[in-house]
Amino acid sequence: MRFDYDTSYRDGQALLRYGSGRAAYAVLALLLLAAPWALGKYYVGEMTYLFIMCIGSLGLMVLKGYTGQVSLGHSAFLALGAYAHAWMLGKGLPFALSIPVAMGFTALIGLVIGLPAIRVSGLYLAMVTLAFAILTEHVIGHWDAVTGGFNGMSVANPVVFGFDLSGLRPFYYLCLGLLTLVLLGLVNLMRSQTGRAFRGVRDSEAAAYGLGIWVSGYKVLAFVISAGVSGLAGALLAHHVRYLTPEGFGLFLALELVLMVTIGGLGSLRGAIFGAVLIGMLPVFISRIKPMLPEQVSKQFGLEIFVFGLILVLFVLFEPKGINGRWIKLKTFFQTFPLYRKDLFKRGKTYMKSERYK
Amino acid sequence: MTTVIQLTINGMAIGAIYALVALGLVLTYKATEVLNFIHGDLLMASSFIGWGLIVVLKWPFWLAVLATVAIAMVFSWVLDARVMRLIVGQPQFAGVMLTIGIAFTLRGLVSMSFGPESRNYPTPWTNQKTQLGGVVIADLSLVIVATALLVTLALFWFLRRTTLGVAIQAASQNQLAAFLSGIRVKRLTSLVWALTGGIAALCGLLLAPTALVDISLWFVMIKALAAVVLGGFGSIPGAILGGLLLGVIEQFAGVYLPDGYKDAVAYLVLIGVLVLWPRGLLGDAHGRRV
Amino acid sequence: MTMFSVRNLSLRFGGVQAIADLSFEVAQGEVFAIIGPNGAGKTSVLNVITRVFDPSAGSVHFEGRDITQLARHRVVNAGIARTFQNIELFEGGTVLENLLLGRHRFSHGNFFAQWLWTPGVRAAEAASQAAVEQVIELLDLAPHRKSPVAGLPYGVRKVVELARALAARPRLLLLDEPSSGLNPEETRDLAFWIDDIQNDLGVTVIMVEHDMSLVSEAADRVLCMNLGQRLALGTPAEVQSNPAVIAAYLGA
Repeated sequence: MRFDYDTSYRDGQALLRYGSGRAAYAVLALLLLAAPWALGKYYVGEMTYLFIMCIGSLGLMVLKGYTGQVSLGHSAFLALGAYAHAWMLGKGLPFALSIPVAMGFTALIGLVIGLPAIRVSGLYLAMVTLAFAILTEHVIGHWDAVTGGFNGMSVANPVVFGFDLSGLRPFYYLCLGLLTLVLLGLVNLMRSQTGRAFRGVRDSEAAAYGLGIWVSGYKVLAFVISAGVSGLAGALLAHHVRYLTPEGFGLFLALELVLMVTIGGLGSLRGAIFGAVLIGMLPVFISRIKPMLPEQVSKQFGLEIFVFGLILVLFVLFEPKGINGRWIKLKTFFQTFPLYRKDLFKRGKTYMKSERYK
Repeated sequence: MTTVIQLTINGMAIGAIYALVALGLVLTYKATEVLNFIHGDLLMASSFIGWGLIVVLKWPFWLAVLATVAIAMVFSWVLDARVMRLIVGQPQFAGVMLTIGIAFTLRGLVSMSFGPESRNYPTPWTNQKTQLGGVVIADLSLVIVATALLVTLALFWFLRRTTLGVAIQAASQNQLAAFLSGIRVKRLTSLVWALTGGIAALCGLLLAPTALVDISLWFVMIKALAAVVLGGFGSIPGAILGGLLLGVIEQFAGVYLPDGYKDAVAYLVLIGVLVLWPRGLLGDAHGRRV
Repeated sequence: MTMFSVRNLSLRFGGVQAIADLSFEVAQGEVFAIIGPNGAGKTSVLNVITRVFDPSAGSVHFEGRDITQLARHRVVNAGIARTFQNIELFEGGTVLENLLLGRHRFSHGNFFAQWLWTPGVRAAEAASQAAVEQVIELLDLAPHRKSPVAGLPYGVRKVVELARALAARPRLLLLDEPSSGLNPEETRDLAFWIDDIQNDLGVTVIMVEHDMSLVSEAADRVLCMNLGQRLALGTPAEVQSNPAVIAAYLGA
């Protein structure tokens, strides 16, 4: 059994309080650093893709999991980041400059979307963001002069201080490094005043106002941060795919991101990572099991969507807190062993109450 | 002048489909506060079933329509009774996620069962047109408009004038109170889902001859969302009005606005209305008491 | 000394007159109760003070300042905190997180420092936690410190909300039906705590209440409202024996 015997406030603040946690993360770090030398090319590429998806998922988590603002159209921010970055590279801007500028650009768009989003909430916001994603795909497709339209746009290689990072291993470490920076930054932000304020806005706006939280300001801030982080993911994705087309950033990507965040576990950064890994690995997993199924080649697209849907349904019905919820339950089981109570996490019986007329 | 009238008529013909789809969405929303993402995919699946019955099994058109609508209704009833009921009381977002998941599953199943090619099937009105005072309308469009109007009137009367309808509205506002008042909430909710399923099937069967029996048919639901928003969420006459208006707006945008705007205009309308005018044309306002 | 006053306040919702030409004053350090039947406009008064609604007429003054048009999120900075009729806790957090949010109005390091978790941010967080511990001790919340708020019994949740309001170090505390849903023992504890808040913390309290025994015990002066208007104002004894009050609210 484990009890929290904090003897100072710093103890409580520490991220990795116990030796076991520190050891586990050290092992993880070693594995991730060693991976490009141990795994084959395909898997290294896949892991890079996962890192990029993790960044995107973290972006959406800040908005949806922590501030409670639904966005069914986050693919738009990835698209904007990707195209802005690729366009600037094409104009000769150095990579190290283009990335922050692309992030700033998407953050600005996040501001533009966030401001009217204050007046719109819940379901309506979901629809507005959905429409925004479709519109963005549409605009990218039609603005041939800048984006190459439906014919696509090629992406230059990432070159930092003369080093070409487009190789498999350098790009892997670049993505891993950026993911670590983003993750640490967000961990810090979410355990500070800003993160608490986000959660306050999510859980009760009335109480938040009463405690001095400028709700509208924080909602917009969440959009800006979320958009900026997603822009980074988009820019990296641009290098990963090397050739941009609007279809790659459409509705399906937006829903994938929502799946990542929901299945991973709303309200936790760990959940964002879990979700991104699961959903990112799904297509690989499906292509693995396809040969074992008696289906014909023409049914491939259906199978992927089917599995996505099935997983989402199963999680919503049986594990609404997502993978992170399951993780916490398992951890609690081991930490309170053998005194774990079976109904510790049981949900109470609830009735539907109209959210319109409260 | 005839162009304007022709455009309006065309717009209303397309708008009638939007209106009918929107109607289904509003119905589920009114009853369960869930945005039913399954609607589009059920619509699409029904068109495939219709194709199967009409072209493969060679059933007469009317029989196929009835059978498909019945299948959709039963499917929706069972879906609510067995699946949707499991998340009662959870926040709205859970319902939306569940319907998205089921929609994906349905889409995947249809795609795997039928393959990616588009198909079509004949209707009694294929290739027939009527002339009304200088304007040409496809007969199928007339049928669509008529169906939309009929269904709307039937629903309106049902929800306002019958005890069952009022009970449905009560259950949507406070389930526990409705239950304690003797309303059989579970059965009613399933009934509403069944009705929506039937409407989805009708939409699919009527839309497919024009738009082809294809997986992408589900996308009309997004346009219907714009219609619902325009008309005002939670309002049945609003859904109809919104749908018809949206169809007309699209037609005019196609002619009078630069290239490429026609497809985008529905989403611009959606965003614009929600940001500037959240109530829509006929919607109800709602707030939160602290 | 008058610390807080409401002058000729009116509030309309469409056809409903929620508050009609209401005026009263609250002195520094006193416990002021507002009673009245349901629909009398009591919670509306609190909502106007905390800027949830804009009044149709009249003004609200606090410590010599007109706060009628203050921005809603600046009310707590002015020194006024409140609890809610239907508990508005942050359901996703623990008791500690809820209380720390009560401290939001105090600085916790600037935005960019928070990304980096600088020593300044760390120190500010520790200071907040120390301040919150004082409130936890005052209200006996120590056993629940790290419990998720969602699983706690109703009585404890009410106390957490009170603690959260106190964590904001207000000079005026607005309580909306603090004893509703509490059993007699919890109500007695509440009376003691209101006493402590008044005497030890020097906080002025305005509370909307239905429990007349709590009002008699804790309140210095009572305002009775009916239909948005002032019916009677005076000490608890005076108001409780007022015939108009008895007719409208207390019952013969």
